[in-house]
Amino acid sequence: MPAGTLYRGREGMWSWVAHRVTGVLIFFFLFVHVLDTALVRVSPEAYDDVVATYKTPLVNVMEYGLVAAILFHALNGLRVIAVDFWSKGPKYQKQLLWTVVGVWAVLMAGAFYPVLQHTLRTLFGS
Amino acid sequence: MSAETTPAVNDSVSLYDVDNPAPVIEPPRKRTKKTPKTTRTNFEMYGWLFMRLSGIVLVVLVLGHLLLQLVLDGGVSKIGFAFVAGRWASPFWQVWDLVMLWLAMLHGANGLRTVINDYAQRDNTRFWLKMLLYTATVFTVLLGTLVIFTFDPNIR
Repeated sequence: MPAGTLYRGREGMWSWVAHRVTGVLIFFFLFVHVLDTALVRVSPEAYDDVVATYKTPLVNVMEYGLVAAILFHALNGLRVIAVDFWSKGPKYQKQLLWTVVGVWAVLMAGAFYPVLQHTLRTLFGS
Repeated sequence: MSAETTPAVNDSVSLYDVDNPAPVIEPPRKRTKKTPKTTRTNFEMYGWLFMRLSGIVLVVLVLGHLLLQLVLDGGVSKIGFAFVAGRWASPFWQVWDLVMLWLAMLHGANGLRTVINDYAQRDNTRFWLKMLLYTATVFTVLLGTLVIFTFDPNIR
């Protein structure tokens, strides 16, 4: 770490950074998502048009990224709660983070085909 | 006149001794007479608690939502007006989405408020960024609520 900084690096700081970055990204998506859902009050066609964007390969891959961000934020959020409220939480915060990363990796592997199946089918046939 | 005759050592008690080896530094967050009365609430504590309580509920609501919309039954393929109409025909999913909307927006807005407070250093910048945030949040929550309550499957 550069000299003269309060940031201490390692699991504690970087999980905090990742929690912030994923939180901000999810919040911006939420704005867009409420707006696109509001199109159901305009017409079925307007809504289906915008949902068609969600089914393009690029946006489908971004959805997998959204799942990645939400899963990390959710699991690390539970870790933050454990650190705050469980008496041994602060002592095991590093182990808790690597547990979070492990569970995240397993869930991401499991979500790969279901989330991206639309793109995989259109690109490589059914 | 006694000032000249009395030795200085007896006159003033030293600020430093064995129990007090350094000058006392006032705790940085000590309440003083200058502290505005309006800050004397537990708002930040309740905000902190809300993040944790809403977070636990959101883990269930949002992960359930992702499972339903993006994982089960063909992923994103099946989503469309008909799918939304089918889901919102049930009060269960209306309540699910309404609670999720409110909690997620408030949870996210409070998170963004913290981020703005941390990184926007100029008072004016901080104030206007938060006004923008609050405006966008109120607008989005009201719009989403309106859409859930006024949804009409036979719109056309």
